[in-house]
Amino acid sequence: MASQEVKLLGFWVSPFSIRVEWALKLKGVDYEYIEEDIFNKSSRLLELNPVHKKVPVLVHDGKVMAESFILLEYIDETWKQDPLLLPQDPYERSKARFWARVAEEKLLEYSFTAMCTHGEKKEQALKSAVEAAEKIEEEMKRNNKKFLGGESIGYLDLAMGWIAYWLPVWEEVGSMQIVDPSQFPATTAWSKRFLDHPVIKQNLPPRDKMLVYFHERRKILGGLV
Amino acid sequence: MAEELSLLGMWASPFSCRVKIALKLKVVQYKYVEEDLFNKSPLLLKYNPIDKKVPVLVHNGNPLLESLVILEYIDETWQGYPIFPKDPYERAVARFWAKFIDDKLLPAIRRACWGEEKGREKAVEEATELLQLLEMELKEKRFFGGETIGLVDIVADTLSLWLTSFEEGSGVELMTREKFPKLSKWSHEFASTSAVKENLPPKDELTVFLKSLFGKPAK
Repeated sequence: MASQEVKLLGFWVSPFSIRVEWALKLKGVDYEYIEEDIFNKSSRLLELNPVHKKVPVLVHDGKVMAESFILLEYIDETWKQDPLLLPQDPYERSKARFWARVAEEKLLEYSFTAMCTHGEKKEQALKSAVEAAEKIEEEMKRNNKKFLGGESIGYLDLAMGWIAYWLPVWEEVGSMQIVDPSQFPATTAWSKRFLDHPVIKQNLPPRDKMLVYFHERRKILGGLV
Repeated sequence: MAEELSLLGMWASPFSCRVKIALKLKVVQYKYVEEDLFNKSPLLLKYNPIDKKVPVLVHNGNPLLESLVILEYIDETWQGYPIFPKDPYERAVARFWAKFIDDKLLPAIRRACWGEEKGREKAVEEATELLQLLEMELKEKRFFGGETIGLVDIVADTLSLWLTSFEEGSGVELMTREKFPKLSKWSHEFASTSAVKENLPPKDELTVFLKSLFGKPAK
């Protein structure tokens, strides 16, 4: 639809803005991507997201929205073509929303902390990350379809997609292991299938640049701890 | 098949209260089970082994966890009173403010009221700034949901009775009428709504409870 204008403000290595790009690309929605330097925030970003001053920000026909999970739901409700990101059944939808939160608030938080810290703080974070990963592994085992969304990628796959690509980078940078393939076969298998999907494969930041970036972040953030 | 609906909650929890308010608005019958959070029941541990927290809504044997997730489920499952807006953009905005309240505002309020004396001034400043954002969002509306209460009002329940109790229990003043005329008015109107009024815990008991939970021994 030519009259619709979709803009996405993102950051090249942010799993939060990339998951929104995945959703738009899977649905075949045209959008203008605007790269934001989150360490030197533009006045445009500060104007569009004054509350959090973060990416991603989605602007659709002048309507401004933020928060990646919320954007995934908006995309699904606005562009109703396949793939349908959220399940139809309310209980299945609630499970998807719940597990997205567990992955984000527990696995992601603890993994990132473990990457940036040392000593006891690192051990604690690592332990909590592994606990969260174990719960997610159980859910992965329970799901006997190609993706968590069924035969096509869904909301929960997009929410957890960072596990397939960012987490191994953080593990390398942090000299740690959270998702050991031998201990987490279901998660590992799902990760491979997810990264193999043509849309996902073509929309990943370069790994070598990610390693450099997160090594820097680790140095800076680790120094503050 | 007869519907089976029960809510595992705790009388002093604003999160459990949100679910009660939503079910009342939808005029849905349910069985309420009071949980002793210091002595959790096998039922709670069975339905929420991950977090072991309330509220848990159990519908036809299916457990729903996390108050925001539960509110979405309630609105999708039962027709009648609309908790969420219909328009996708307005839904995104409502979800945004609900998340803001839970992720940013409530932790800041807790830190301001119950945190270390040392960081008190800064914490109060932060909480005040965040409350200002919500005050601005309310604009001239009666409720965040417009003429009637909606998602954001329900999620902001903590800002009515609980914040008053926090302030009384800790001695820290945050949401004064001078600084927050709109929110103060909203708080009163919200608490007076019938679906809310009959589900709020008694104020004095709540203040005592919160003080014992969060407060520190006298300096």
